[in-house]
Amino acid sequence: MRIACPFCGERELGEFTYLGDAKPVRPAAGASEDEVFDYVYLRDNVAGETSEHWYHGGGCRAWLKVGRNTLTHEISSVEPAAGAGARQAAK
Amino acid sequence: MSSSQSHRLPSGGLIDRSAPLNFRFDGKTFSGFQGDTLASALIANGVKLVGRSFKYHRPRGILTAGSEEPNALVELRTGARREPNTKATTAELYEGLEAASQNRWPSLRHDVMSVNQLFAPIFVAGFYYKTFMWPAKFWEAIYEPAIRRAAGLGRAAGVADPDHYDKAWAHCDVLIGGSGPAGLAAALAAGRSGARVILCEEDFSLGGRLLADGGTIDGLPAAEWLSRTLAELAALPDVRIMTRMTLFGVYDGGTYGALERVNDHLPSPPEHQVRQRLWRIVARRCVVAAGAIERPIVFVGNDTPGVMMASAMRTYVARYAATPAKRIALFTNNEDGWRTVETALGSGLQIAAVIDARPDVSPAHRSLASKGGFPVLHGSVSGVDGGKDGVRKIAVSLTGGARAEVEADGLAVSGGWNPAVGLTSYHRGRPKWSDDIAAFVPDGAPPGMVAAGAANGAFGLGACLAEGFTAGSAAAHDAGHSGKAGTAPVADDEAFSLTPLWHVAGKGKAFVDYQHDVTASDIELAQREGFESVEHLKRYTTLGMATDQGKTSNVAGLAIMAAVSGRSIPETGTTIYRPPYVPVAIGAFAGHHRDETFHATRLTPSHHWAAEQGAVFVDTGLWKRAQWYPRTGEKDWLESVTREVKAVRGGVGFCDVSTLGKIDVHGPDAGAFLDRVYINTFSNLAVGKARYGLMLREDGIVYDDGTTSRLAEDHYFLTTTTAKAGLVMQHLEFCRQVLFPELDVQLTSVSDQWAQFSIAGPKTRDLLREIVDPAEDLSNEGFPFMGAREVALRGGIKARLFRISFSGEMAFEISVPARFGDAMARNLMLAGKPFGVTPYGTEALGVMRVEKGHVAGPELSGTTTAADLGLGKMMSTKKDFIGRVMAGREALVAPDRQVVVGVKPTDKARRLRSGAHIIPKGQTPGPGNDQGYVTSVCFSPTSDQWIGLGLVERGRERTGEIVQAHDPLRGEDYEVELCNPVFYDPDGVRQRG
Repeated sequence: MRIACPFCGERELGEFTYLGDAKPVRPAAGASEDEVFDYVYLRDNVAGETSEHWYHGGGCRAWLKVGRNTLTHEISSVEPAAGAGARQAAK
Repeated sequence: MSSSQSHRLPSGGLIDRSAPLNFRFDGKTFSGFQGDTLASALIANGVKLVGRSFKYHRPRGILTAGSEEPNALVELRTGARREPNTKATTAELYEGLEAASQNRWPSLRHDVMSVNQLFAPIFVAGFYYKTFMWPAKFWEAIYEPAIRRAAGLGRAAGVADPDHYDKAWAHCDVLIGGSGPAGLAAALAAGRSGARVILCEEDFSLGGRLLADGGTIDGLPAAEWLSRTLAELAALPDVRIMTRMTLFGVYDGGTYGALERVNDHLPSPPEHQVRQRLWRIVARRCVVAAGAIERPIVFVGNDTPGVMMASAMRTYVARYAATPAKRIALFTNNEDGWRTVETALGSGLQIAAVIDARPDVSPAHRSLASKGGFPVLHGSVSGVDGGKDGVRKIAVSLTGGARAEVEADGLAVSGGWNPAVGLTSYHRGRPKWSDDIAAFVPDGAPPGMVAAGAANGAFGLGACLAEGFTAGSAAAHDAGHSGKAGTAPVADDEAFSLTPLWHVAGKGKAFVDYQHDVTASDIELAQREGFESVEHLKRYTTLGMATDQGKTSNVAGLAIMAAVSGRSIPETGTTIYRPPYVPVAIGAFAGHHRDETFHATRLTPSHHWAAEQGAVFVDTGLWKRAQWYPRTGEKDWLESVTREVKAVRGGVGFCDVSTLGKIDVHGPDAGAFLDRVYINTFSNLAVGKARYGLMLREDGIVYDDGTTSRLAEDHYFLTTTTAKAGLVMQHLEFCRQVLFPELDVQLTSVSDQWAQFSIAGPKTRDLLREIVDPAEDLSNEGFPFMGAREVALRGGIKARLFRISFSGEMAFEISVPARFGDAMARNLMLAGKPFGVTPYGTEALGVMRVEKGHVAGPELSGTTTAADLGLGKMMSTKKDFIGRVMAGREALVAPDRQVVVGVKPTDKARRLRSGAHIIPKGQTPGPGNDQGYVTSVCFSPTSDQWIGLGLVERGRERTGEIVQAHDPLRGEDYEVELCNPVFYDPDGVRQRG
């Protein structure tokens, strides 16, 4: 598997670390225990298009949002996380 | 020399007769030529019997001339290089080659286990499941050892492989698998278009079937076209041709696996060279031109030595000038099989008869038969009379019911051809059935891949060239190369008329899977017993599960199942295809990642100095850390460690702690950022001060701990544990980039940039004053406990100095740029001499941290909360932080949780062991009263007994209670007292002094 890092170019799987589903958003301070529980534990088991967090630890250390199809392993999109210098990447 | 080669033609073939080679098979010496395989050389010497079969120990000969070979498996080489199950059909001959047949005892000709044939009825499909079911305890004691002795083929070397294996990457626009006409045409088109091309060929010679079958291309004889084409390809700048290289798998994103047998054709690899190299090839496009595999027909006695695939028979004759038989019969159901007759007649061999299962034969072949003086029998082979010395007579049942007999010493068989659909099917693709050629052909392929030529079901030479050229040109175009591909090579197509015939019914064993001894009746039995699904059929009969993965057997097996279950072959379907296409040695996958190079080794900055001191090192993740520094006369590690602890507590010692993770946190929001990742507050930490911090996972469990110092308003220096250095960096980057992108903060890993030493003991200041610039104030007032700032050293180097203590003593940690680490260790020794400075290792470090009740890895176990560790009060209630909400869950704040407590045996002489369970005194141990366990232990020189830390239910409330330590692993039960975990200086006077 290969991921096209927006900063480094296309690199092989071994440079990346998978974290998991990128959809859940960390609840703001003051959220209820149930909301945080959902954020920490509840994940959809998707057969098809997913959005995932991957870390390019063997390269630029950017966290990436990768659109991947769990049935075909096809990667449809790779974007830097909000705080990973998204604006620089867009230039 | 060649006089011994009784079955070698006087001329012809692609062998080098000027380079004779000696080799040994089963201890007997033979000779062959450069360009031979072991199989062709054995054939040239008249050897027909090469092995015994897996289950029935039946005599077996050579069936094919390629990597699909199921029978001719040998142990190649001797000693540590002995490699079992090596295919004689692909093993290149070299001077001094030694090979031995397998699965026989005491010898190939007289094999005791061939009595298995008499017990054949019990070795039917599923016999393991049926026979060895009970009594259960017999399995380990009797059945398994007996089966292990009897089963299996070759023997592994049993000692370490002395050779090296390599792994490499390659990138190209167009990857081509196979150098037959389709592959070469694809390479021409892609190469001329300007694409970067890699062409892999499994064989050591390029050309595929052209090498044996010849033909006319662009009006030239095949051999001439081949040499012109190879010359053109060699002249193209970006075409790389790699022989002895098998494309074995396709993975996501256009990544392909290939095995290069770099030096398998030599007795041993030349010095500094590898035996094999595992390639990962990244290709924009891939053309699979892997050809097709001729398939056998299943009939009684079809495994008799001398029965051979028709294409293999003519390969041995044409390419190797070796004659598997003098008087050959052909059994075919298609036009292609007749080529073997043409080749044999052309080489002066005799044709005994052609048994053709089709209703009619072409006029050309009819006249060939009359010219050659051999009969054409319409019918099929119903039996073979022969044995370990080969075929003698062939029984034929003629269309219409009559019988005939043919005398021959070799039987060529052609049941048609199966395109090699492995690579195109590896992404769970299922090939589709083609009635035209009665075979499965690719139905699509993984992204970027296309099949061409025979691999795609196009069997004619003209079709192979055309398909290959078109595919190569399209692949180059898709990869962004639009150069002129020129004109495609042209050839005529041969006729391919086939009447499907899979199985000739008869009494006796008719083999489908030669390597696993699966017969037609096994498949029929599986059907009767309900194992009709192909996946069940495969596992019940083991059809296709041998090392050849059923390359010659699967389709015939499916066809027989289809016939007996009344379905069509496409309805019956295929099993799932999985890589690797050919067996790949584990050594090749491991490459250099074995033994001491299994993983990278990290050395601390003072490593070489420590080694000079005779330190004993311990592996800590990738690190080598000094564990203790033995001195002459010390009888064991405990004596050395005890001395080191006493030296620190009574004077001064130092320890390299550079392995801790170190992260610089910069930016106006650095403090706010740390407040969110730690349970305690850092934004209010004064510049010049350090603070211990604890971070949780989002689920409320403790993740890591360490000391963080504030070096400037917008600059913190954070440390992590050694084990979590990389993971904490990853976690903090996640927090920064994903969770809190609004914060203006940057993280820099500086773990490798700083050498850090802990200097501890009451004489620490005396020693430091010798090292640090005298202008720096190191007094308790000038540099108080938990102070942290940059200082100048004597000589001007800038260092970071932290007044923190892990040992409980008056202590500092000092950081210098890593390149000065070695000099720092030497200087500490020199400057500390008057104070009796003692270097100490991780073991003494651990003793002092247990004495001081500090938690470490065994307590930060991924199950403990901050409160469990006695650090609950650190959790701020005034801010949000990672893990805050989940840490408040009912079970995580339950009063009966297992919490950190001190433990010490009531018998002061007893050794405490970690892992011992804690149960109430006087009770019988069991899961119901297991109240925790001992996590860390040490011999405490200060307490003069073994002490430890434990995680014990309500432990803090129970100090003073005597409980039972139960250690079933070591068979020990003893009393321990629960106590305050801080055994040494509980008020912390010494570290503040």
